[in-house]
Amino acid sequence: MALALAGAAKAQDTRELDELKRRVEELEKRSAPRPASNAFNPDISLILQGTAARSSQSPNDFQITGFAPSGGEVGPARRGFSLGESELVMSSNIDPYFRGQLVAAFTPENEVEVEEAFFQTLALGKGFTLKGGRFLSGIGYQNPIHQHAWDFQDAPLPYKAFLGGRLNDDGVQLKWVAPTELLVELGTELGRGRTFPATDPNRNRAGMWSLFGHVGGDVGAATAWRAGLSYLKTSPQDRAFTDAGVVQSFSGESKLWIADFVVKSGTNLKLQGEYFRRTEDGDLQFNGAPGDYASRQSGWYLQSVYQFMPRWRAGYRYDRLSHGTVSAPAGVTAANAPLLLTDHSPNRNTVMVDWSPTEFSRVRLQLASDKSRVGVTDNQVLLQYIFSLGAHGAHTF
Amino acid sequence: MRAFLLALLLLPLHAHAVLSILACEPEWGALAKELGGDKVNVYTAITALQDPHRVEARPSLMARARSADLLVCTGAQLEIGWVPLLQTQSGNGKIQTGQPGYFEAASAVSLIERPGSVDRSQGDVHPEGNPHLHLDPRNIAKVASALAQRMASLDGAQAAYYQGRSKEFAQRWAEASARWEQQGAPLKGMPVVVYHKDLSYLVAWLGMREVGALEPKPGLPPSTAHLTDLVERLKQSPANAVVRSAYNDPRPAQWLAERAKIPAVVLPYTVGGTEKAKDLFGLYEDTLARLLAVKR
Repeated sequence: MALALAGAAKAQDTRELDELKRRVEELEKRSAPRPASNAFNPDISLILQGTAARSSQSPNDFQITGFAPSGGEVGPARRGFSLGESELVMSSNIDPYFRGQLVAAFTPENEVEVEEAFFQTLALGKGFTLKGGRFLSGIGYQNPIHQHAWDFQDAPLPYKAFLGGRLNDDGVQLKWVAPTELLVELGTELGRGRTFPATDPNRNRAGMWSLFGHVGGDVGAATAWRAGLSYLKTSPQDRAFTDAGVVQSFSGESKLWIADFVVKSGTNLKLQGEYFRRTEDGDLQFNGAPGDYASRQSGWYLQSVYQFMPRWRAGYRYDRLSHGTVSAPAGVTAANAPLLLTDHSPNRNTVMVDWSPTEFSRVRLQLASDKSRVGVTDNQVLLQYIFSLGAHGAHTF
Repeated sequence: MRAFLLALLLLPLHAHAVLSILACEPEWGALAKELGGDKVNVYTAITALQDPHRVEARPSLMARARSADLLVCTGAQLEIGWVPLLQTQSGNGKIQTGQPGYFEAASAVSLIERPGSVDRSQGDVHPEGNPHLHLDPRNIAKVASALAQRMASLDGAQAAYYQGRSKEFAQRWAEASARWEQQGAPLKGMPVVVYHKDLSYLVAWLGMREVGALEPKPGLPPSTAHLTDLVERLKQSPANAVVRSAYNDPRPAQWLAERAKIPAVVLPYTVGGTEKAKDLFGLYEDTLARLLAVKR
């Protein structure tokens, strides 16, 4: 009898317990976070940057001897304190089929620049993604990476000389990822040819097109790699600059090849390098007089960053350009066209140490010995800060 | 020739005969294998020795994401630094957020430590709550049933198979959980120092007491000042052990263990974290064994 009673009591307990469990679960469900009224607002993040710099040569008359000016903001950081570009990033899924992203840069000159503003498909499937608008081109390794995520404050010399720092054209990009275990990714872009090496043609067709491919995978559990090959073709018209008081302008074809690789080992070692080779063929107007022009020029860089303790990283970069062969019209020589025809191989050594208390903040010290200008060494020292506010950004490999 | 063409036509069909699953963390890879048996092909993005907070969308993951039928992640912003990239760059419409091919474990359970307000000055806090939910066996049971349902809806031809395995797993898991709860009873009230908030569910499930964390704030590396302070505090309220996960840096735990004269315990944290944590059952068994070994 007592046993039976105890058993009944136990059954009663179990039932009560089950009932309690059910009610707790119901409560948990009810207290689940309700979407706020701003739930459909895009993810917003803001990047704040600034530098304090010293340099032995004036950044205002920076040039890369032996190379036509690329028009971009490629000079070293301004002397003294200066604000870097503040970037406002907004991104969101638009609907089940598209997502959109805007990256606006507020320049220290109080201008707003649209760095990226694009839509991208989400549901094409079969490995295809279509992007349209203005976006960082997928060529090379560093080109699609935003400046605040670079491992050094400025771009490597070949990017400065051949792309004006980076390429972000207006156009469309189609990318395909192969259904393989090894990453095989192919992409092509058609663009207006808004910036260097193109010249924003007023024409009813694309002014630039590119092709790029990447392969990548793992070696063991800790090492990942990616290698790529890219091609960019543009047809600049009257791409002009003034050197030694004479206006020179190029019209013709410009073809750029980039071979790139990156290896990351564990979470603390990164090695990357890229090789650029550009051929330009066409017509050079020198002081109004036309003539044949052809050039074959190249450049490369290699850099490595190592995290030697939590929060601290150190890096070294070597970059170099080769003047190569430049054949100019008769009468145009290094004497009257020194910028274009001086046979100089610009090169630079850069070291940096940065400290990142969290992934949202970084302070960097960077030293460089820059021989971009013939016969001159520009010693540069700078301190840089980069802070990210708001939504957590995802950084590409 | 005709046979060759036929084979080519059949090739993609064969590739789809098996549900291709990309698991963000080892615990979900192990669970998908338990539920899917030989009808699924599971690839796990990281190992137990990799910090789940610091993962990159590396090329091999992009390639796997491209062909995945189902992406199984924790959610609650644990993978915010890399899963969005896999979704937007892999050209795979199936694994987008909101599609059946994207599964978040956090959607099946209620999270603890949900902050009232979020501000980055509090460190790496997750607005939806603590995402390290797999160290409470009751959560595994809930996620397993939700995941099996998802797999069945994605691969209707094998629905009965997944449901059968799910039922069988649920039974084995319930039995094991009851056993573990009994074995773990002596751990109730045991004070421990943890490394990161990644053991909160385990601490809560076993009724242990967390008396400190090596990280001054979630996600910030342990500093000497904070550790020294912790040693002082442990003199007032001592702990039985300093507990860390297999992927954590061993040095801060070792440092504290020597100063505070308490043992340092490494827990597998997830499947593959230790030799014995070969599957989800092994994970819990080894975790309990290691904690019981330091219970005085």
